[in-house]
Amino acid sequence: MTNSKSEKKVPFMLYVKTLLKSVRQYKKETFLTMLFVGLETILECVIPFIMMFLINDIEAYDPANGMQTLYKILIWAAVLLVLAGFSLTCGILSGRFCAFASVGFSKNLRQDIYYKIQTFSFTNIDKFSVSSLVTRQTTDIMNIQLAYFLVIRIAVRSILMLIFSIVMAFIAAPSIAWIYLILVPVLFGVLLVIVLICYPIYSAGFKKYDKLNESIQENVKGMRTVKTYVREDYEKEKFHKQAYSLQKFFKKADRLAALSSPILQFFMWASMLCIISIGSFLIIQNNIDGIENGMTVGALTSLITYGAQCLSSIMMVTMILTMIIMSLESIHRVYEVLTEENKLLLEENVEGAKLTNLDDGSIEYKDVYFRYDNTSEKYALEDINLKVKSGQTLGIIGATGSSKSTLVNLLPRFFEVTKGSLTIGGHDIKEYDIRSLREQIGMVLQKNILFSGTIKDNLLWGNKDASDEQIVQACKVAQADEFIRNFKDGYNSRVEQGGTNLSGGQKQRLCIARAIIKNPKILILDDSTSAVDTKTDAFIRDGLKRVCPNTTKIIIAQRISSVQDCDQIIVMKDGKIDGIGNHDYLVKNNDIYKDIYNIQNKIGGNQE
Amino acid sequence: MKNKTNILARLVKDIFLSNPLVFILSIICVLLSSVGIIIAPIMLQEIVNNVVEPALKGNLVNWQEPLINNIIILATCYCVALIGTFSYTQLTQNLGNNFMQKTRERCFSHMQDLPIKFFDQHNHGDIMSVYTNDIDSIRQFAANSLPVMFNSSFIVLVNFILMITIYSVWLAIVVLIGVIVMLFVTKIVGSRSSRNYVTQQKMIGKIEGFIEENMNGLKVIKSFCHEEESKKDFDKVNSDLFIAATNANKFGNILMPILGNIGNIVYIAIAIVSGIFLVLQGQNYNIVSGLQKTLEIGTIVAFLTVTRQVTYNFSEVANQVNSIALAIGGSKRVYALIDEKPEEDNGYVKLVKAKYDEKGNIVECPKDSKDFTIWAWKHPHTADNSVTYQKLEGDIRMFNVDFSYDNKNIVLHDITLYAEPGQKVAFVGATGAGKTTITNLLNRFYDIADGKIRYDGININKICKKDLRRSIGMVLQDTSLFSGTVMDNIRYGQLDATDEQCIEAAKLANAHDFIERLPHGYQTMLTGDGTNLSQGQRQLLSIARCALHNAPVMILDEATSSIDTRTEALVTKGMDNLMKGRTVFVIAHRLSTIQNSDVIMVLDHGRIIERGDHDSLIAEQGVYYQLYTGAFELE
Repeated sequence: MTNSKSEKKVPFMLYVKTLLKSVRQYKKETFLTMLFVGLETILECVIPFIMMFLINDIEAYDPANGMQTLYKILIWAAVLLVLAGFSLTCGILSGRFCAFASVGFSKNLRQDIYYKIQTFSFTNIDKFSVSSLVTRQTTDIMNIQLAYFLVIRIAVRSILMLIFSIVMAFIAAPSIAWIYLILVPVLFGVLLVIVLICYPIYSAGFKKYDKLNESIQENVKGMRTVKTYVREDYEKEKFHKQAYSLQKFFKKADRLAALSSPILQFFMWASMLCIISIGSFLIIQNNIDGIENGMTVGALTSLITYGAQCLSSIMMVTMILTMIIMSLESIHRVYEVLTEENKLLLEENVEGAKLTNLDDGSIEYKDVYFRYDNTSEKYALEDINLKVKSGQTLGIIGATGSSKSTLVNLLPRFFEVTKGSLTIGGHDIKEYDIRSLREQIGMVLQKNILFSGTIKDNLLWGNKDASDEQIVQACKVAQADEFIRNFKDGYNSRVEQGGTNLSGGQKQRLCIARAIIKNPKILILDDSTSAVDTKTDAFIRDGLKRVCPNTTKIIIAQRISSVQDCDQIIVMKDGKIDGIGNHDYLVKNNDIYKDIYNIQNKIGGNQE
Repeated sequence: MKNKTNILARLVKDIFLSNPLVFILSIICVLLSSVGIIIAPIMLQEIVNNVVEPALKGNLVNWQEPLINNIIILATCYCVALIGTFSYTQLTQNLGNNFMQKTRERCFSHMQDLPIKFFDQHNHGDIMSVYTNDIDSIRQFAANSLPVMFNSSFIVLVNFILMITIYSVWLAIVVLIGVIVMLFVTKIVGSRSSRNYVTQQKMIGKIEGFIEENMNGLKVIKSFCHEEESKKDFDKVNSDLFIAATNANKFGNILMPILGNIGNIVYIAIAIVSGIFLVLQGQNYNIVSGLQKTLEIGTIVAFLTVTRQVTYNFSEVANQVNSIALAIGGSKRVYALIDEKPEEDNGYVKLVKAKYDEKGNIVECPKDSKDFTIWAWKHPHTADNSVTYQKLEGDIRMFNVDFSYDNKNIVLHDITLYAEPGQKVAFVGATGAGKTTITNLLNRFYDIADGKIRYDGININKICKKDLRRSIGMVLQDTSLFSGTVMDNIRYGQLDATDEQCIEAAKLANAHDFIERLPHGYQTMLTGDGTNLSQGQRQLLSIARCALHNAPVMILDEATSSIDTRTEALVTKGMDNLMKGRTVFVIAHRLSTIQNSDVIMVLDHGRIIERGDHDSLIAEQGVYYQLYTGAFELE
């Protein structure tokens, strides 16, 4: 079997099977919901049936024997009261169970996606954008929850209602009930046609609608620009055009969809006319003919009730169908995440991957090739040969897109080497347990991210058991201690979501401190001092040398000044090592390095 | 509570005013549509009482004709009602759509006229949700809830009147008691449900924030092997949402079954009561002396149907509780936006196209003129109705300016500065020192508390805001690009510019080269705020835009802060081209970009603490010197 997934056509049942695995402990609630909804529906159908008897008895009222009629009425009323009580109980129970079942299902599903994403390798992460992952866990899950709710409660109810009301109609008046056998499929067909016409318009319309909202967002964000260029009127005009065309687009579909209500009424009333005329005729005719158990007035009224029930349940069924069709896209997106394959995971359990301790921080790349996707022709890294002794400092410099980050991302196995071998501490990295490997490599990513909580909470990510002294020491090395102490609450100051209350340089230094607290064998700084001034940058590098002499340090930087003291510097270009050596050697012998050096010195890059 | 009714009243009034004719027509059609529902049981009663019953009793003479007549009447009523339903569903759908469209445009238009202060004070997500959620909830209300409520209430009302007038007062009282109970239940369950929905909404917001944060930090989580902790945190938030959502749904789910069964019980009660009446009548006990008419069997049958209708339609109205609550919440935010005060502009000095005549006097050119040579300030004097013109130069002076955002904390103290045409003035200082605030005052995004700002000698309060802003170009740290082509984005600076002029501006800004290398050159579509461009490229585009705008005064606010040094060299070159011959205000983090300024102002806590050119400031050995040598750091 090939691994290539067909992107579009996944059988519907497979979606259902995959997603339903998340019902888990709410199977009971789901079942009970359906049971009680079923009971409630049956009762709701039985009640008008009993009412028919009641009415018949009232009809048969004979003034001479009044008490007996009253007695009968009271018996029926008592029965009805009990049934209504049951129906109420079932209704309340089904409502409660349904709340637990549908919300619980979505809770589990959200958890499953979230957990699944936590196992993603970087390849998987890069495949989905952050915003799409967020949508899948929020809006999409909500849509699925709604669909689930509709299916276990409303669909069960409508379908049962449909069946029972037809059956009851036949029991009540077999001679007329056949009318519904014709009307129901016709009505269903007509409504379905409307849905099928409207659905594509809506689904295209919603995309347009998203676009409109995007452009509003753009406008809100760019308000300073709009006002600076005095483009208010231009924006109004632009918006008017967009909004107008969107509205025209939706109008057609909305008007078509609005037809369903008069259509339902038409069917309802047409059937009522038929039933009343045929029914009255039959009642009288039966009476004339002296047929016993023929058509009665009671049967007539309950037939009308059942007819209305049965036609409106058809309406509900079409509505649910529409909602399910609408949620298909969400289902697909969630399914994609749940079934995303993670190759790394498979190999984690390979025999021999048991080493938990890095002997030292030495690194060796031997003929390493890497590509993001096995089908792409171009390698992101080609022919990498590199040796770093434990405790040394390696500098990496090169233009944006020269695969500097990719090179270091191979070390904690965020990506898997395609060809060649990568050795850390004398062992191939595949021999290490992946968690232990990552725990001993400290990485400061380009995009410095802190989480909401206190500064200390964030620092403890490095090592949850770190003592206060360890934290302060790491912060001193990262040149963060001073500004942290200047905050009102010091180390207990809050970091807002996205770290918005810290400056770029502060965030970077906190991220460095966080990695130092880990006390790693290898420390990687991926362009992590770009917002820090040169002097502080130098202090940080000195501190690192002093505090962790045995840690191998890898520094990726834009500034020559950040790497010029490194034991070894490599210059990357288009995924290859273009030059290797120390500062003095490269300034003389490597054109790219020389270029960068000249530019930065000419415009005074040293004096930021 | 009163507040809520007010908002609802205003909303309904606005819907009415958006198209009074259609609104009234819709009401008429809704009423027509109720006809069928109301008439049906009456006709049924007629048929049973006048046709079937007599026939069953053996009166078989000519029963077909009244039956057919009655059926025809019923069919006619249905036809009328059907036309009513068809028309009102179409009309209200239209009304709702148009109202939504109008409201959306009204909000957007109004938003354009709001001061920057509004955008600084409001979360962008909150402003957006007016457009994404609130307006839609209003549409739902206008197109669906309002007609349903109207229709159902009307049916309830008419049926009630029918009950009292032609059926039986006593039975009607039983129904009334039932309806009161239903009202009571709706109030209890409904208010619980809407309260819990609000909590649920809050929890959804919370989990969205959590997920967004953790998806953004996914790589960090992985590099710290923090997956388990992250899962644990997630579980907590997720189960909080679970609790809130089950509470909300529980109450939402049970309202309908409760109301439905109360309806059933009312029905049963009616059956019992009418049964008792019948029996009493039969035995000639006339204890129910208030009961004028005797109960007929047909009446009871019809009454039972009417009872069902009343209770059913009442639940329909009750079912709109959540949607009304949503509409009230939505319109509250929509009206808050619409009621926000627009930016005031009392300026009367205008910027016009002009040229010199032979005598060297400035004469105004028509608005769309192409052969104008200069821009000029047009200064009308009300005293003698004369007009004077003055050439636009770009001379900016601030005298003893104080400013406060909130009238409490003063953020700028006593700022005095002169910037002559062609000069470059730089601001240096820590975050929050007031650098950006000064530029916000220049183009009157905010108004000064004390002091004076003069542009070419004119107090800027006298200049039309739009014209003032037209005369000041800005390149901001966060470049805003708009969906459209690269060309469109450059042209934003001057809408009537030709393609050649745009390309010329791009060349000046050093952006031409990279644009040419884009897949479709100048016609490349930019989406989602230009996410397909690098920070530096976006910056270059905004510089090109500013170059095309061609204003004599320019503000560069941290224009190069997040660009790597190599790209910065490019950008700097572009900016140097742009700055020639203009009055420029530069705010920069990197001192290298401002070294060649004519004046550098060092700001600290809203005060200018040092001023001078680079050399003199270095010689002074003050704060600037410390910054420059790196002994001191800007945060």
